[in-house]
Amino acid sequence: MAYEWDFAIVLENLPVLLRGLGVMLQLWLSALAFGLAAGFVIALGRMAAAAPLRLLARCYVELFRNTPALIQLIWFYYAFPIVIGVQLTPFAAAVIGLSLNTSAYAAEIFRGGMQAVPRGQWEGASALGMTHAAVLRRVVLPQVLRLMLPAFTNRAIELAKTTSLASVLAVQELMYQGRLLSATYYRPMEILTTVALIYFMVIWPGSLLSAWLERRLARHG
Amino acid sequence: MADIVLETRGLCKRFGPIEVLRGIDLQVRAGERIAIIGGSGSGKSTLLRCLNFMETPSEGEVLLDGVPIGAPRRHRDGRVTTAYSPAALCRVRQRVGMVFQQFNLFPHMTVIENVMEGLRTVKRLPRAEARGKALAQLHRVGLAEKLDAYPARLSGGQQQRVAIARALAMEPEVMLFDEPTSSLDPELVGEVLRSIRTLAEDGTTMLLVTHELGFAFHVATRVIFLADGVFHETGTPDAVLRHPQRERTRAFLASHAEFTF
Amino acid sequence: MRYDWDFGAVLAQAPLLLDGLIGTLRIAAAAIGLGVALGLVLALMRLSPRWLLRWPAAAFVEFYRNTPAIVHFFWFYFAMPVVLDVSLDAFLAATLALATQSAAFYAEVFRGGIRSLGPGQWEAGRALGMTDGQAMRRIILPQAMTRMVAPFLERSFELLKTTSLASTLAYGELLFRATQVNSATFRPLETYTVLAGMYVLLLFLFSSAAGFAERRMTAFR
Repeated sequence: MAYEWDFAIVLENLPVLLRGLGVMLQLWLSALAFGLAAGFVIALGRMAAAAPLRLLARCYVELFRNTPALIQLIWFYYAFPIVIGVQLTPFAAAVIGLSLNTSAYAAEIFRGGMQAVPRGQWEGASALGMTHAAVLRRVVLPQVLRLMLPAFTNRAIELAKTTSLASVLAVQELMYQGRLLSATYYRPMEILTTVALIYFMVIWPGSLLSAWLERRLARHG
Repeated sequence: MADIVLETRGLCKRFGPIEVLRGIDLQVRAGERIAIIGGSGSGKSTLLRCLNFMETPSEGEVLLDGVPIGAPRRHRDGRVTTAYSPAALCRVRQRVGMVFQQFNLFPHMTVIENVMEGLRTVKRLPRAEARGKALAQLHRVGLAEKLDAYPARLSGGQQQRVAIARALAMEPEVMLFDEPTSSLDPELVGEVLRSIRTLAEDGTTMLLVTHELGFAFHVATRVIFLADGVFHETGTPDAVLRHPQRERTRAFLASHAEFTF
Repeated sequence: MRYDWDFGAVLAQAPLLLDGLIGTLRIAAAAIGLGVALGLVLALMRLSPRWLLRWPAAAFVEFYRNTPAIVHFFWFYFAMPVVLDVSLDAFLAATLALATQSAAFYAEVFRGGIRSLGPGQWEAGRALGMTDGQAMRRIILPQAMTRMVAPFLERSFELLKTTSLASTLAYGELLFRATQVNSATFRPLETYTVLAGMYVLLLFLFSSAAGFAERRMTAFR
């Protein structure tokens, strides 16, 4: 059997796919920024002095890590509006879902990193009369951010792949455009393969960066 | 001569641009105990490792019972090298046992399983027969009471004695010891050397790379001082260790002055 | 905002949800089995001295690790059948997508485990006269296995979550059944909350069992 390839369709519709890529990048970067910020706050909650706060933060992390991201997106699009009484756009629901999902993982990276700093440094800095926040900002974070960099890069890669789930909510990102085009022209092979390659070209450099960071960290400790 | 068990002719080994062995001619007769000594980087471990093909020789031949190992391969430019098939090397290694500096016991197996492994997997002996042979060798190295312990529970000296039993169980014609006591704490060296000495008294043919010059003096029938990838001086222990003829040998022995006979 | 919670209507659909649970477990089991087998082959190829084996396996692994799972699901369900002129049902397409994607990750688990053993163990096996195959089977793999347990379980945990993507192919797993429950009850908040709860429970049970298995399998150390 000879399948007749037709990549002209792909070329014609490349602008549509690139528009989808633009939306994907918006999703990715905004969810990454929100997710890291929220993750930092949750990490502080995980290490708080008050036990109820610690428990709450722990439940949050476990909840998001023990459910599929797709279900989180669906929940924020279909269920969450009922709780708050406001209908969300698909894009907003996707950003919320992806951000909170990322925040749970980011919290664990922050926590792991900060706990890697020896107690003595906290105490030493406190002895200098620095406040807790100042110790965190000036002593702890500068040291651990470097250690955490590979883990954060990996998380960013996972997030980039997870943005494709927003297509299920009809967010017009890359995967959505790919699904639409392949249904319209009935050329799923050419179009979906192209979509996969675009994702690959965007995400692969991140993987190479992550591998390089890990090697560097292994060398210099 | 008929009683030459192991022989090398013009053995060379290069790692990239570095020539580690430069034409080694060695004949090992049955029952001989050869101690190979030399500074670090002299190529003594590499020589041993070429004999059971842990390293592939770059040039030259290794003969076992007079039969060359590998098949000559003629290149287009007229050079002739030796090609070694995996199956041929497996057969050689069953006949030439090796004990490593780092013991390399199998940590997921008990002591008796370690010693039985080669008999079961390579020689395909029935379980009972393999167990019998393994027990006999563990008796020989004095570890019959540790059969079911995992290596992690043993001292370094005990681990090395298990490794010796594991190699012996295959009933090799020649035993190779690659610095068997170098990674042991000083107080554990004695028990391993005693085990090796027992084998020597039983007439086992062996080659031993070692820094234990005192042990070499008492146990070896021949001592080879290796330097820069060639035999610099060879002879009886008395000749090489007590009356070295060459300056380089004397300097080496002087730097190991702590040894006593 | 006042909202009248009503779980009754959703719980009345329990048989449908249980059917979905079985679907999820079925697809996860099939994908783990196939994925592990394929992953082992890929790992051995990547460890081979021949570049003709090494290179395609590396490309496969890199491609799958750097593209979103949902693209693979659609590719196997819509694209591949068109080219090969076969038809795959949703179960088969989803299993193939999950298995190939997971194989890329399992391959790295195997490779990492095998490479974590130094050359000494290989040499000890060879010195007894073992072929490389015997050394691999008797010496290397059994030890590598125990080091692989933790990353293997982590990957399988991710796989279990990714099964939810099979719903996009209308395969009757948990999420798909939940969307059916939702259209029957018009209770998205309750439906998707129950669904999330089921996943939390399922994954909690999985991690507990995994933790138990891990302790058992690494006991000899």
